[in-house]
Amino acid sequence: MNAVIHINEKDNLVTCLRPIAKGETIEFEGKHYTASADIPKFHKMAVAEIKKGEHCYKYGEVIGAATTDLHPGDYVHVHNLESTRGRGDKHTKE
Amino acid sequence: MTKLMGYKRENGTYGVRNHLLILPTSVCAADTAEKIAAQIPGAISVPNQHGCCQIGSDLSLTQETLVGFGKNPNVGAVVVVGLGCDGVQARSVADEIRETGKPVESVVIQEVGGTLKAIAVGAEFAAKMARDLSLQTRVEFDISKIVLALECGGSDPTSGLASNPTIGYASNKLVGEGGSSILSETTEVIGAEHLLAARFEDAAQREKFLRMVKNVEDRAIMMGEDLRSGQPTPGNKEGGLSTIEEKSLGCMYKAGTRPFVGALNYAEPVSAAKKGLYFMDTPGQDIDSITGMVAGGAQIVVFSTGRGTPTGSPIAPVIKITGNTDTFKKMPDNIDINAGTIISGEAKLNEVGEELFREIVEVCNGRQTKAESLGHREFGIYKLTGTF
Repeated sequence: MNAVIHINEKDNLVTCLRPIAKGETIEFEGKHYTASADIPKFHKMAVAEIKKGEHCYKYGEVIGAATTDLHPGDYVHVHNLESTRGRGDKHTKE
Repeated sequence: MTKLMGYKRENGTYGVRNHLLILPTSVCAADTAEKIAAQIPGAISVPNQHGCCQIGSDLSLTQETLVGFGKNPNVGAVVVVGLGCDGVQARSVADEIRETGKPVESVVIQEVGGTLKAIAVGAEFAAKMARDLSLQTRVEFDISKIVLALECGGSDPTSGLASNPTIGYASNKLVGEGGSSILSETTEVIGAEHLLAARFEDAAQREKFLRMVKNVEDRAIMMGEDLRSGQPTPGNKEGGLSTIEEKSLGCMYKAGTRPFVGALNYAEPVSAAKKGLYFMDTPGQDIDSITGMVAGGAQIVVFSTGRGTPTGSPIAPVIKITGNTDTFKKMPDNIDINAGTIISGEAKLNEVGEELFREIVEVCNGRQTKAESLGHREFGIYKLTGTF
């Protein structure tokens, strides 16, 4: 079984199929990625440079925007990826 | 064409179960209905929390849901129980259910003179119905008469990778054999609506669907709230889902690849004349969502869960499938099928899809699901606004 699954070629995130330890290097599609943090099973890792505010892709579709600059190997989850939908909190501030 | 064995109803529909339903029209009648059901082995009641001091479309929704439950082909006979002064009136519900031709009686607590007399009257109706239902036997019918409800709950990233695509496979096959499926959970369409909308054949139905999705998102925005406070849930996030868009894009795989033939309101009946894949406007909360689809006529439910959930339905069998092998091993009482073998590479999607389809056939023919064997009967009616 592969360590990660890259669902769509457009995706800048992959899903880890097993826990990946910080510092561990994994190889897929001919490239190497070193995890910058512990990544739990079925959580996501960046496989491209993603600037703050840019879209993150999974299934070939937008699943949210980066809240900080992301680098290949970064653990991507609620701490650095936010939804762009249903954000009543943002509407009231604007 | 796959043949099934079920209970033929007076209106030409087929049930895969033969329930005797004691149906309370309001929260005020719910306990009495439960006491009536307790007298008659096999009779079941539902814990209705609503049905009084609701207004407008919210009140109608409760009545439509209750009527839909009574009309569901899995129900052979119904005793409707009302208090008397409640917003949803027992006789009105009974009359609507009676249109199916099935036996229906009603009991009004204030009219008969209190709890004990209502139990006596209701139990007498129910006992006779139970004897009559016991004479019914299963007969052969075509799988095209089946309406399958598609649900997911306690999702994690394996749902979108394995269990939901497996459900999509089974749904495609059922629709291919002339049956109907219902995708639901409007909240869990946010972020994937453009992909689903493109599959609607009819422009008016497509617009209706997109309006449903916009209304849910607007509700969060109008409240000034971040949808993330409720969706994804804490468990979704712990499992690895970060945003509603990610959850939605995984959820939509349950709908397979067939075109959508229509968008239904909550609890709206699926047309017997126009079969195929439908969308129903339900909340992402599983119990209310399943209740709406069963009220719309679904005889069976397939439910995908990554985190694991015990949910059943009072009148429809619920087949549980997970894409997470750890969850399958951890909650063996609750999960019927493991699709985690797709992720590990031990099985192919079409193999597990065929396994699920066979399970649907067997359960329709009478085999108990794990939720049924444990007596799970979760029930909840969606609300549009607060109670007055």
